[in-house]
Parts: sequence; structure tokens; C-alpha cells
Amino acid sequence: MATEAAHGPLRCLLDGSLSAFDSDVRRRPYHRNCGCALHRAGACSNVLPCSSSHISYPIHRSWSPLSISASDPAASSPCVAIRLAGDPGIVGLMSKQMKEQLEREEKNKYSIIIPTYNERLNIALVIYLIFKHLRDVDFEVIVVDDGSPDGTQDIVRQLQHVYGEDRILLRARPKKLGLGTAYYHGLKHASGNFVIIMDADLSHHPKYIPSFIRKQLETGASIVTGTRYVSGGGVHGWNLMRKLTSRGANVLAHTLLWPGVSDLTGSFRLYRKSVLEDVITSCVSKGYVFQMEMIVRASRKGYHIEEVPISFVDRVYGSSKLGGSEIMEYLKGLIYLLFTT
Amino acid sequence: MKHILKILTLLLAFSVIWIILLETSVIPRTYTWLLPVYLIVSLGCYGLLMVGVGLMLFPTCPQDAVLLQKDIIEAKEFLKDKGVDVGSDRERTLL
Ligand SMILES: Nc1nc2c(ncn2[C@@H]2O[C@H](COP(=O)(O)OP(=O)(O)OP(=O)(O)O)[C@@H](O)[C@H]2O)c(=O)[nH]1
Ligand SMILES: [Mg+2]
Repeated sequence: MATEAAHGPLRCLLDGSLSAFDSDVRRRPYHRNCGCALHRAGACSNVLPCSSSHISYPIHRSWSPLSISASDPAASSPCVAIRLAGDPGIVGLMSKQMKEQLEREEKNKYSIIIPTYNERLNIALVIYLIFKHLRDVDFEVIVVDDGSPDGTQDIVRQLQHVYGEDRILLRARPKKLGLGTAYYHGLKHASGNFVIIMDADLSHHPKYIPSFIRKQLETGASIVTGTRYVSGGGVHGWNLMRKLTSRGANVLAHTLLWPGVSDLTGSFRLYRKSVLEDVITSCVSKGYVFQMEMIVRASRKGYHIEEVPISFVDRVYGSSKLGGSEIMEYLKGLIYLLFTT
Repeated sequence: MKHILKILTLLLAFSVIWIILLETSVIPRTYTWLLPVYLIVSLGCYGLLMVGVGLMLFPTCPQDAVLLQKDIIEAKEFLKDKGVDVGSDRERTLL
């Protein structure tokens, strides 16, 4: 979104990480004749009276303000720092290229957080499908179970034997404490730099995770959210009443909140870990409203949000845990968001 | 700015325009009095239209449900082999 673009040059002033480009060129020989900003920066250093130049560029990884510095001791000769504030144009150019480069090269790790309550069979199927569809991705699955009486945790332990205890983490809580806090609990144990949140009930098919990851890499977005309401996405198994409420809720929320996201209540999303940590701490709602609050707050904070189409097949096994006065809760949540965001 | 303030500003702008129209009476007063009613009615129409159109064009994905059934069968076979208990006696099937 446009907000992020305007965000870019500003961000680098705040982040202000330092790095030596010449060592970067050395480590990445294909960069030698590409004529990109990085290389041009090298050319401009010839004009300056020094043997090697030291230049700053932002790292668009908000999960840690890490700075990459010259690992090559030979490069650490007296150097000139080209001021960040000097030329926002060049900085903007470099930030984009470096960001793309870094994100493609570094090994991203994805933590998949799945909250469960009485999902004995579903969790096994979901985990099988995750491992089937994420072959060459570094990931971990974090199951946050709220003391399900149906023995969900036994199944997760059996799955740990099959797939390894380092790939499937069981982070259980003693009793049913709600969905919002379940995400927060899982997040505390996440070791990846990206977090994927999904339901265990098979409405969120793991086959879409690669498209979330691809979208993030292509756009550098902070949040990728799955949407059911565009072409390529869809819903299966809802009756007319359910469709009507869903449409009504969506239109109402869009007219009142202008969120810039088509699917507000979907909960199949990929977040940069730092972004999730930032957003989740300011969210207090429950149920559907929680998902809406997360995305609305993130959008207000100016995070870059992208969407991918997903299909949503209503749960086959088990029963839904949301219920009761959903519509009233939703309306209350909407008003709450109007006044607080 | 809180979102409610944005909406209130918009409403304020509308009422200012309305009052100006009332005062200057470029168009007959009786018409001007009705303008807010028109506004509300058209907003309601917009809402109903959006819901209606959305309902008619509601994207569905029956083929995904079929694929999911295949995936479930495949997963169950694999997991049974590995000794994971996927007996579905306690579960009810809705499809
Ligand atoms: N840890 C934990 N997980 C929960 C809790 N409530 C729901 N969940 C899980 O959250 C996910 C979504 O719950 P659902 O009941 O399917 O809610 P939903 O998908 O919005 O509603 P349906 O469309 O009717 O399925 C599932 O994986 C549940 O197991 C809870 O209190 N604690
Ligand atoms: Mg569900």
C-alpha cells in the first residue's frame, strides 16, 4: 500500500543500520557489473578521498534492528560515511533493492501457530498437510491447546514422534482461555521471523501457505492475509443465512471502517513476527472481532498488507467453538473499533 | 485521527453544505429540506445493493471440498501407517 512506500525513506532514518558495501560485492560476485544502486555507490566512492566507502542502508526486517557489518577485516580501513539524510532518492532506491536481495537470500523461518480446542482428528490431518505442502521451507508448528478433553494433546504427541519434536511444539495451557490469548501464548514460543496463523479445523487448507510466503517475498509485505471474497477464493458449505450475515457484516464494516482489506474476519494470515507482536498487544477483542481488530489496527498503523485468495471449506469434523450472540458481539466490536482506531 | 472523527468531519461537511443551500436558496427550499432524507435513503440502497450483489456473486468452491476429501483420505492412510490414532469413531461427519 502507498503508506508503506512513503514509510520507506523515513524508516531508514530511524533504523539507520550500517554496512560496508564493498564486502557485500565481494561476497556476491554477481553484483559486480549489475549497475545497481549498490554498485553505483561503489563508483561514487572513487571520487571521495578514501580507499573504501562505508554506506548505510536500511534493512527492511523489522523483527530485529540488526546491523550487518563488514566481516572482512581488510575492508575496515578508514572510510567515509555517506550520510543517510543526504540523498533520500538514492537511499530509497537502495533500500528497495537491498530489501529484495536480503529477503531472498536469508533463510526465513516460519512459525505456524495453530490454536486447538477439541480438534483431535483435525490437528493430525492439518499437520500432515502442512508437511506435505511445505517441503523446502524452514518452519515449525506450534500447537496451542487449551486442555481439550478429547485428547488432542495425545494426538499431537504421537505426531511429534512421526515428525520430530523440534518441528512440532506443543504449548498447552491448562484450561480454555480463549483464542486471542492463545495466539499470544504461541507467539511467545515462536522462533521464526515470520508467523503464520491458521485454524485447525481444515477450513484453512495448508496448500495455500506457499502462496502466502511467495506473496510476502514478492512484495515485502508485513502482513499477508487470506481473503475469501475475491475471484480465486471462495466458501463452501455455508447456508444462505450464514452467507447473508457474512455479507451484511462485511458491507457494514467496510462502510464504517474503510479498512482497505476485503476479508476482515478471516484468520488465515502471515505476519512478520515483530508486526504481530506490535499489533497483538493493542488488541483486546474476542472471537471474530479479534481478527477484525488485528487487521484494522495494523492497517491504521500503516503496515503493508497484501492479500491472497483462499478457499474456505466449512469444517468437516468437530464442532464450531464460536457461537451464541455473535451478531451482537460483532456490532459492539464495530462500534468499539470506530472509537478507538 | 480516530476514525469516528473522520466520519464526523464528513457529516459536518455535508451539513455545512446543506445549511448554505438552505440559506442561499439556490434551489427551492422544499427540495433542500428533503436532501438529507435522500442521502439516508441512497445510503440504505447502497447497503442493500452491496449485500444483494455480494450474495448473488458469493464465490463458492465446491471443487475444493472434493479435493479436501481426497486429502483427508490420503492423510488418514499415511497417519494410520505411522501409528497415529485417527479413528474417527467419536467424530461426526457433516459432509
Ligand atoms: N486454544 C484455543 N483454541 C481455540 C479456542 N476456541 C477456538 N479455538 C480454535 O480456533 C480455531 C477456530 O475455531 P472455530 O470454532 O472453528 O471458529 P470459526 O472457524 O471462526 O467458526 P466456524 O466457521 O464455525 O468453524 C479452531 O482451530 C479451534 O480449535 C480456545 O478457547 N482456545
Ligand atoms: Mg472454523
